[in-house]
Amino acid sequence: MRDAEFFRHWMRAAADAVEREADRLTELDSPIGDADHGANLLRGFAAVRSAVAGPEPAGTPGALLQVAGRTLIATVGGASGPLYGTLLRRTGKELGEAAEVSDEDLRAALRAGVDAVARLGGAAPGDKTMLDALVPGVEALSRSYRAAADAADGGAGATVPLRARKGRASYLGERSIGHQDPGATSAALLLGALADTAEGTA
Amino acid sequence: MSAGALVGIVLVSHSAGVAEQVVELARGLAAGGAVAPIAPAGGTADGTLGTSAELITAAASAVDRGAGVAFLADLGSSVLTVKALLGDEELPPGSRLLDAPFLEGAVAALVAASAGAPLEAVAAAAEEAYDYRKG
Repeated sequence: MRDAEFFRHWMRAAADAVEREADRLTELDSPIGDADHGANLLRGFAAVRSAVAGPEPAGTPGALLQVAGRTLIATVGGASGPLYGTLLRRTGKELGEAAEVSDEDLRAALRAGVDAVARLGGAAPGDKTMLDALVPGVEALSRSYRAAADAADGGAGATVPLRARKGRASYLGERSIGHQDPGATSAALLLGALADTAEGTA
Repeated sequence: MSAGALVGIVLVSHSAGVAEQVVELARGLAAGGAVAPIAPAGGTADGTLGTSAELITAAASAVDRGAGVAFLADLGSSVLTVKALLGDEELPPGSRLLDAPFLEGAVAALVAASAGAPLEAVAAAAEEAYDYRKG
């Protein structure tokens, strides 16, 4: 069973990963985006780190993820804010008010969170967005957290030959081909941080 | 909803300058009667390009007269942030994101709202702007 401390740890691990990889995310966002993905997520996850610090305000897994999601929407400033914010908030809502949740509960909740992201952005796998990492990642969760992280990584890598159909990159048409999607890359970081946390290595 | 209350309008743009100037343009074109409350929510709180949930909720409170608030958004994160805030009920009751072009929709919405139209009619006026072909 996973308690609020597990989710606090996950959010801290995600913030660490974003700090480590911010420059790379911004580099990926330079040719096809507006070169702010790393900086935006850095600001957002720094705020999440503070928001989830301490025993309160979030005593349950669901409440903690909802606080983290609301914080991302409030602070990121780019499209990744409402998208990741919705992912975490919806996942948190699905977990309800339980003090501890099973891995199976978390799987189902994350699936609902990813569905909410797809609805909000009107995107599907293959559009060269974060969903190309999130959807295979969540599908692989039934095997293990590490399998989910690996599948998300693979999904992010597989965005290279795709033509973007959503967001600013879609304006580039053919010229968006040949670049890895920064949103899929950061989504893989988030699931990687979850796997590290579950394995106690974060 | 109080009788005779006007629908409020919020213009959400990636740029503070764009949001403010479109508010000014819409006000100028809507003048002739009482102008409904309209406010810009442009750029981020620290003055860069982007979207600020904080500026959006503050603008919504500023124009809310109890008859609903209509939002027009320009691109990407402007649209997604309003949708995310609506999904979490962090905007005033009767808030609605209009599916309309930003500038033309803003003018149509403000003219309709200033004439005392209810939210449904304000939305319809703004959405009709898509039917006007330019070529």
